[in-house]
Amino acid sequence: MSPRRTETGGRIDRLRTIRFTFDGAPYTGHAGDTLASALLANGVTLFGRSFKYHRPRGLLAAGVEEPNALVTVLRGEVREPNIPATMVEIYDGLVAVSQNRSPSLAWDIGALNQLGGKLLSAGFYYKTFMGPVIGPLKGTRFWMFCEHFIRRAAGLGRAGTAPDTSRYERMNAFCDVLVVGSGPAGLMAAKAAADQGGRVILAELEAKFGGSANWSGETIDGAPAADWAGRVVGQLEGNDNVRLLPRTTVWGYYDGNTLAALERVTDHKEVPAKGEPRQRYWAIRAKTVVLATGSFERPLVFPGNDRPGVMLAHAAERYANEYGVLPGERIALFTNNDSAYRSAVALKKAGAAVVAVIDVRSDVSNEMSRLASQAEAELLAGHAVVATEGGRTLAGLKVQRFELTSGALSGDERSIHADCLLMSGGRSPTIHLASQAGAKAMWNPARQAFLPPQPTQRWIGAGAFTGSFSTAEAIAEGRSAGLQAAGGSPSSAPLPVVEAAPGEPDPAPVFEIKAKGKSFVDFQHDVTAEDVRLAHREGFVSVEHLKRYTTLGMATDQGKNSNVPGLAIMAEALGKPIPEVGTTRFRPPYTAVSIGSLAAERFGDLKPERLTPMHDWHVANGATMYAAGLWYRPMIYGLAGETVEQAYVREAAATRESAGIVDVSTLGKIAVQGPDAAEFLDRVYTNMFSTLAVGKARYGLMLREDGLAFDDGTTWRLGEQDFLMTTTTANAGKVMQHLEYFLDVIWPELKVTVTSVTDEWAGAAIGGPKARAILAACVNATAVDNATLPFMGIVHGEIAGVPVMICRLSFSGEMAFEVYSGAGYGTRVWEALIEAGKPFGLVTYGLEALGTMRIEKGHVTGAEIDGRTTARDLHLDWMLSKKKPFIGSAMMDREGLIAPDRLELVGVIALDNRALNGGGHIVEELDEENPHDSIGHITACCYSPALGKYIALALVKGGKARHGTRAFVSDPLRNRFGPVEIVSNHFYDPDGSRLHG
Amino acid sequence: MLINCPYCGPRDVIEFTYQGDGNRKRPQPASQDLDAWNAYVYDRLNPAGDHNEIWQHSGGCRAHLRVVRNTVTHEILSTAFARGGHKSAGHKAGGNQ
Ligand SMILES: [Zn+2]
Repeated sequence: MSPRRTETGGRIDRLRTIRFTFDGAPYTGHAGDTLASALLANGVTLFGRSFKYHRPRGLLAAGVEEPNALVTVLRGEVREPNIPATMVEIYDGLVAVSQNRSPSLAWDIGALNQLGGKLLSAGFYYKTFMGPVIGPLKGTRFWMFCEHFIRRAAGLGRAGTAPDTSRYERMNAFCDVLVVGSGPAGLMAAKAAADQGGRVILAELEAKFGGSANWSGETIDGAPAADWAGRVVGQLEGNDNVRLLPRTTVWGYYDGNTLAALERVTDHKEVPAKGEPRQRYWAIRAKTVVLATGSFERPLVFPGNDRPGVMLAHAAERYANEYGVLPGERIALFTNNDSAYRSAVALKKAGAAVVAVIDVRSDVSNEMSRLASQAEAELLAGHAVVATEGGRTLAGLKVQRFELTSGALSGDERSIHADCLLMSGGRSPTIHLASQAGAKAMWNPARQAFLPPQPTQRWIGAGAFTGSFSTAEAIAEGRSAGLQAAGGSPSSAPLPVVEAAPGEPDPAPVFEIKAKGKSFVDFQHDVTAEDVRLAHREGFVSVEHLKRYTTLGMATDQGKNSNVPGLAIMAEALGKPIPEVGTTRFRPPYTAVSIGSLAAERFGDLKPERLTPMHDWHVANGATMYAAGLWYRPMIYGLAGETVEQAYVREAAATRESAGIVDVSTLGKIAVQGPDAAEFLDRVYTNMFSTLAVGKARYGLMLREDGLAFDDGTTWRLGEQDFLMTTTTANAGKVMQHLEYFLDVIWPELKVTVTSVTDEWAGAAIGGPKARAILAACVNATAVDNATLPFMGIVHGEIAGVPVMICRLSFSGEMAFEVYSGAGYGTRVWEALIEAGKPFGLVTYGLEALGTMRIEKGHVTGAEIDGRTTARDLHLDWMLSKKKPFIGSAMMDREGLIAPDRLELVGVIALDNRALNGGGHIVEELDEENPHDSIGHITACCYSPALGKYIALALVKGGKARHGTRAFVSDPLRNRFGPVEIVSNHFYDPDGSRLHG
Repeated sequence: MLINCPYCGPRDVIEFTYQGDGNRKRPQPASQDLDAWNAYVYDRLNPAGDHNEIWQHSGGCRAHLRVVRNTVTHEILSTAFARGGHKSAGHKAGGNQ
């Protein structure tokens, strides 16, 4: 038997034993345990070290708000840090480790920080790391020097470096009523809404539905509340209109009643079922939301309130009643309200000795006194805890008389021996989602809490969320909210009858006991009450500044525990009432959300891919595929033992020697059709298209509205009103949107339609001295001689019985043809071309050789049309028509765009016969150690088989004027410095004799 | 945010592409008035409140819509085809602007 496990009771399955490890030590627990409850049952009290002072910390809470017991869960190489142990369901083989300790949890070197407590007070980081203003370590350098150590010393869990191999999913859901939270209020709301026939989603962040019903010890309709909850859940399960989402945290409330939720589908499983994602991101659109998110119990702020063994009273009640675990054997309670008395009785019933109830109020009701007697606890009314003792466990505490209105302590300290101290500082409704949804929370002086604002979106609150802390109220409000949300009318039918311990909901307005010692407000960020006051003394008077300076409430728990006590202390320091100090607005996410769940199908095996019609052929024939956006394109068709450079050099050389063929199906293709198609093209291209003859193609350039170059490509006139525009692969979508925008918004009078036909056509470009002969060998129904198919001419024919369209144009600088066929016949035509090419030495080539040949020719692509260059910069000013306005024509001649020192396209040759790299800079002076005054940069580079040299295209100041001059390439990141010659971008066959054949 | 496409009905904002301030006026194509071009290309209203915007239903019918959206509340007051004519629709009462 575990030391702390009760003999009976709890909602765990005692027949099922689960084995797991924590910090390498083996432990067992039961099905239904969290890591926190299982370790507590094993007598573990030390769960972590605090953020700044490395103080030993134990469990404070039992739920999602836990600030101390953060662990890292390991699955193979993948680490997930900073998960509250209270939210980890144990499974066989679970491996969890503690955080922020070195070398081990029990012996921590960083705990020495405690000795230098003053050093790490509020604003410590700001003050210290401004650094000296002079000297070698001035300013930023000093910060960088210190940062290395601080990053190791302070901070929470360490993220892993192994790739996350899990799969994530995204779901869109729609419902009439989304109920957030499944305590008695949420269950009643879901039931009432479902009974009205509404489509209901019930989301519960824990594994089990029922919320406080699972541990309150109350009875509903004569049965234990947990059984009642189980029955309601059973009814909901049987209703087809209801979707139950356990382990689902609704973490964001956005415009239009759209909520974001994270379902932890398999985090609690040893092995996920086939196809199950790890987590599922839900985007839920709800007509109405019922917020039944409950409340958090608040800690009290007093010296030593962070010692392991000091816990929230509700949490202890929950450990005892839900998990059958006693957090201590001799328990004392410290409270400012009635609810702790019920906790005292519950723990007594579960088998603990309750030694004392210390109440800040001197005036305690008879009913509460009776509960204290029932728990056999000494009642110390008008007292407060002023210190705790112990190390890794609690040994005892000290109390003194306390005067409620003045906060004064008096009389002798009295020691009480206890191994567990429970605090109850009132309750804060969990208003995070309501706050995200809009308006500001309202301070309620009776409840000493911020209550939800008036809804600005379509939500209704119910239960503890609204400040109604009793189960009877929760049930009534839940039903009413559910009915209202589903459009039903109020019901007068009898409500389930609750039997609960007596008690008033309003606490005494006491947040802090001022006595000597560190009193923690924010446990996770180690912010003390004194830190808050210090910040105030240093002039931080706005709550937002105070928060940032002290980092109060800025840890991963976002101040779920610390928010209100922190504000109360600030308010006191400022001498203002709490509502005037104001509360900070809660922002999404409510709890940590994995990046994987946000990326969902956009990452990993569900990411879409675009494959050309000939994709399988490329793969089967040795192509190394390269991801270009969503497309996959052959990079090289490497032979055994070839490097990438050897492969592309061979492919490019063979193309120039005989012939080569490349898949160009990825080029964007847009059908531009209609009576005004030619006029439209005249407006969008810088050059004329209305003068283009049917059956001819023309190279075109588009500018953006601001006069910078946008995209280029050829457009083919297939008929009087029928054009086929091609775009670069990368810009296909952008060009389409650009055309649609102008047709729809600017020139709706033009009778033109544009249709994306990229996927309708398979394209193969075949070029080289033997290209025409290869075509002649396989094309039927048309001639391909120079008269029939001149440069930029188009013919229709057949290859292997498939209708094809052939245009004679060239990107490689060789005589070349683009052969287009229906996408479904792409491979058939491709194979026929390959077959016909065999006697002529035809090679297949990939993107690398394509790039090499275009660099040799000095053609521009997206690397040069980079959003900063003009047509002139790229020596394309011959394409700027003076006969007509076009998009960008009015703006392209602005002063800055025609300045003489602009970067212009040039060619660069490495004079040291070493490879150049994209991004390398061109400098004028031979100063490798201290390269300076860049005159431009390299945009594309290759080894040129035609020139037998390493060459590059570059954008360089002065451009043409530098042709024939020498400079240096400077690429310090790659340790590359060397002499280059600046030349024309037309390296190869500048007069174009080869492409005319 | 839901945008009520007059053709497709209410759709999630993820299906739409923002295409800029709908108050911009493009000068006549042949205009040489650089100030007017400058205003069209670079000047944007940035109101806290109702704003005329152009959105393309890029993940749907691909029509461009004139949308009146409150930039503070993200409420969509009206939507209509940018090229005019046909239906217009908003989430609540309020006409085509
Ligand atoms: Zn649409």
